[in-house]
Amino acid sequence: MEITDKLVAYVAELAHLKLDGEQRAQAAADLARMIGYVDKLSELDTEGVEPMSHAFPVTNVFREDEVRDSMDRELVLANAPAAKDGCFLVPKTVE
Amino acid sequence: MATYEMVIGLEVHVELATRTKIFCGCTTRFGGAPNTHTCPVCTGMPGTLPVVNRKVVEFAIAAGLATNCEITRYNKFDRKNYFYPDLPKAYQVSQLYLPICRNGHVDIKTAAGEKAVGIHEIHMEEDAGKLMHDPWIDQTMVDYNRCGVPLLEIVSEPDMRSAEEVIAYLTKLRQTLQYLGVSDCKMQEGSLRADVNLSVRPVGQDAFGTRTEMKNLNSFKAIARAIEGEFRRQVELIEDGGRVLQQTRRWDDNKGASFAMRSKENAQDYRYFPEPDLPPIAISQAWIDEVKARQPELAEAKAARYQKEFALSAYDAAILTAEKPVADLFEQAVAACGRPREVGSWIMGETMAMMKEKQVLAESLTLSPQALARIVTLVAEGKLSRQSAREVFAYAFDGGEDVDSYVKAHGLEIVADDLAYEAILADVLKRCEKDVAAYKAGNQKVFGFLVGQAMKALKGKADPKKINELLRRALGE
Amino acid sequence: MELFEMTALELGAAIKRREIGVEEAARACLDRMSAQEGTVNAFVTVTEKEALKRAREVQARIDSGEMTHPLAGVPMAIKDLISTKGVRTTCSSRMLENYVPVFDATVVRKLDAIGAVCLGKTNMDEFAMGSSTESSWFGVTRNPWDPSRVPGGSSGGSAAAVAAREVFYALGSDTGGSIRQPASFCGVTGIKPTYGAVSRYGLLAYASSLDQIGPLTVDALDAAAVTRTIMGRDEMDSTSVDVPLPDMPQGDDLTGLRVGIPEDYFGEGLDADVRARVLDAAKALEAMGAVLVPVKMPMLEYAIPAYYVLACAEASSNLSRYDGVKYGFRPEKFEDLHDLYTTARSEGFGAEVKRRIMLGAFALSSGYYDAYYNKALRVKALIKRAFDACFEQADLLLTPAAPTTAFALGAHSDDPIQMYLGDIYTVSVNMAGLPGMVVPCGFDAAGLPVGAQLIGPAFGESQLFKAAHAYQMHTDFHRQRPDARKEG
Repeated sequence: MEITDKLVAYVAELAHLKLDGEQRAQAAADLARMIGYVDKLSELDTEGVEPMSHAFPVTNVFREDEVRDSMDRELVLANAPAAKDGCFLVPKTVE
Repeated sequence: MATYEMVIGLEVHVELATRTKIFCGCTTRFGGAPNTHTCPVCTGMPGTLPVVNRKVVEFAIAAGLATNCEITRYNKFDRKNYFYPDLPKAYQVSQLYLPICRNGHVDIKTAAGEKAVGIHEIHMEEDAGKLMHDPWIDQTMVDYNRCGVPLLEIVSEPDMRSAEEVIAYLTKLRQTLQYLGVSDCKMQEGSLRADVNLSVRPVGQDAFGTRTEMKNLNSFKAIARAIEGEFRRQVELIEDGGRVLQQTRRWDDNKGASFAMRSKENAQDYRYFPEPDLPPIAISQAWIDEVKARQPELAEAKAARYQKEFALSAYDAAILTAEKPVADLFEQAVAACGRPREVGSWIMGETMAMMKEKQVLAESLTLSPQALARIVTLVAEGKLSRQSAREVFAYAFDGGEDVDSYVKAHGLEIVADDLAYEAILADVLKRCEKDVAAYKAGNQKVFGFLVGQAMKALKGKADPKKINELLRRALGE
Repeated sequence: MELFEMTALELGAAIKRREIGVEEAARACLDRMSAQEGTVNAFVTVTEKEALKRAREVQARIDSGEMTHPLAGVPMAIKDLISTKGVRTTCSSRMLENYVPVFDATVVRKLDAIGAVCLGKTNMDEFAMGSSTESSWFGVTRNPWDPSRVPGGSSGGSAAAVAAREVFYALGSDTGGSIRQPASFCGVTGIKPTYGAVSRYGLLAYASSLDQIGPLTVDALDAAAVTRTIMGRDEMDSTSVDVPLPDMPQGDDLTGLRVGIPEDYFGEGLDADVRARVLDAAKALEAMGAVLVPVKMPMLEYAIPAYYVLACAEASSNLSRYDGVKYGFRPEKFEDLHDLYTTARSEGFGAEVKRRIMLGAFALSSGYYDAYYNKALRVKALIKRAFDACFEQADLLLTPAAPTTAFALGAHSDDPIQMYLGDIYTVSVNMAGLPGMVVPCGFDAAGLPVGAQLIGPAFGESQLFKAAHAYQMHTDFHRQRPDARKEG
């Protein structure tokens, strides 16, 4: 399939990646090559084959509804690049 | 000008009344200092994995059965991918391809008649965290306490045609979920949230118009206003030759208007795929039967039982069972004092009046059933006048529990001693000599006046029946 | 026996017999690192101080009789995508350069409990995406057998560390061959256990439905011992399964064992030396009583594209959490929330990671999901079926682990597809969730190690260990070391 600039920009947006001019050209070439390669799948007849998301027939793995101690907040926030008053901090969100 | 009708479907999110979150053992308790109800799993730390809370599945099955759904015997979780700070993994674990319940309906009754509102599906998912804007630093603070609280999303068919039907549907749905114990459905705390999908079309047209989705609806009243407002907006737009855009709008109840929201992500492409970290769920008939067997008595059954067991009218029984917390209050108070009629009348009278006056929702009631039972008992035993009882009730309504101490402390108990009454009555009759004479001369109306004077002298602590009796005796009848 | 001629179990036994102290063993390894790491660069982080302290603790607990595990006190290493509380876990990415987990992975807790002494965290391809350990933010790891060559990947650091005997065993992870291919390139033994055998809790996910933790070791006995230690159902991992532990292998009698030889694995593209060595191994098994059975495994050429679609799709989702908000790299300058996300991710991730998450996002995007992602899931089902058919005729399969021996650094760096094709013999094992084990089976003309892969049915680890151990009783390829290579 044809890899348009629009598609590259769209996929980069989905992946939340920033591509400047040169990177975008490289990404387009890479994506074209990779998609071209995985297009090989279309050769294979999979008519009537159910998609298999889980390889083993394991089902119903549950936990009981019992409270466990939460983690110390200092630890929850230990790796936060920015935190204040027990919260993670991000640039203003617009609503 | 064509006449238009509105076409409404609802997406209702309810937070489940489980003790723990959907995928980890953190508490679901509302509130708490930010990020104190969190752990590596619900904050999406690298390498963590979800484990499903069995209770969530059982609540979903219970909700599905109560809304006449088919239970999907083999269902799975999927990931819904989008970036937003309230979603720490940048995906929400939800169900798209095989939701746990499908094809149900809720029966409603409105002035327009009876109607079944279709349930398209019910699926399980995790709630997101909370964002709070900090104006001092002009940044957003992120709290993950709510993150991972289990939700059911109940998606109706676009079957509703008026705000009244929507409210009837929501009322019925909330009643059912509360009765099942699946959710407390507190709109104010966000444990029941409804998004309204609304489109308009000329009456008689089959095809649907373009719909908008409205969010931020915090009460039934706001929902009704938002529906009327959005209906008008769309009709005016079309009448002016415009076009309705498919968009998400935020209702501002103060301004009485909705505003288009900036979308969370520029591209709304959620890239759902089966959640590889969770094995599928296989629900056997035995499991369904088990959930069914454990299903508590729902509103209609309860109302029927009240009529039979407590000899209440159908009307009263319906009122008492309309909301689960009220029915619970009724039953517990009756259990404590064994006076269903009196308890019922206190609930439908004083209690509901005060709820309305103080704007207290049923789920937020703090009136203790024991306190109410005690008041009813004291009144019935003639130890508390109706008037004093109202004062005690105000105390109990605000959460007061020790009725007897309150009565004593405020000197509200009826003076039970006939001699004491007689002394006071004699005093009253002496003061009102002329009126006594008039009564004796045949003016019957004066009797009421004398009773009033007696009550006044007794500071309301008297049983009116008793006063009547003593007064007549004192007047020599 | 000289210390570095020992296997992990032999060292464990020597420690138990008081022939060598735990701290002494750890110090000897650390000395070896000082001498070799400048070239090999197998480690992202060496935790010398903690390790020596830990060694003394373990010694005390061995002395008191509290720790009796055969691997107690043995120095080891952990791939840098397994969470270690208090020790940074980077995935060899700039994104997580300073990320210090606040909890231990389940496998780490299990190894702690038996007295493992961890010397550090090993290098890898960034986020386990690669087959050469060249995409690490912390520099390439070199193959101890020939420093101009790659160690394989993504668990290249773990394989190189064991090959160079800087540690006696190491944990790796395998999503499409990331334990087996580097084991093959570095001449060590490695196993990817059955999906679900080992808890993934604390493993920083690349592709959740394919990832599995496993050991890289000196020999099959060590592999069995480590696997038995880390295996088992974990209540923190819903996909982990409760199955009996595999047996420790004993003896060299393989009478009646049906070893399937899938001819599709020996076709075009396979290096002649590799082919010859693996077929030698088949003959060796036959000599021990095994019966060689030709089988068909026709899906091979479709396994790679299907694998890349599935792995990249899951990766695009798994790696979305790295956004500069809760942990990891955050740029100094950004304009708003969206800019924070995109800048953090664009500067924090390397080229291969970005390529894969873009492919993954594409494969899941609206309009392409069925043609790519769902199609790949169907191919996965076909691959599983093909394996099922093989295991009706054979108890295990013998194949090459990789088409070539270790290639030169930089050989595939501008062609991702060329790199992907090297995974041809390993990826389908992950797609079917099966166990796959690699044992050294000789050397090519350049003196580089060749590995043979044994593939078993689900939870057939016991069989793999048995066959591998029997083979190693009669060969000494696994005993050879880069610094003490026997000629001939």
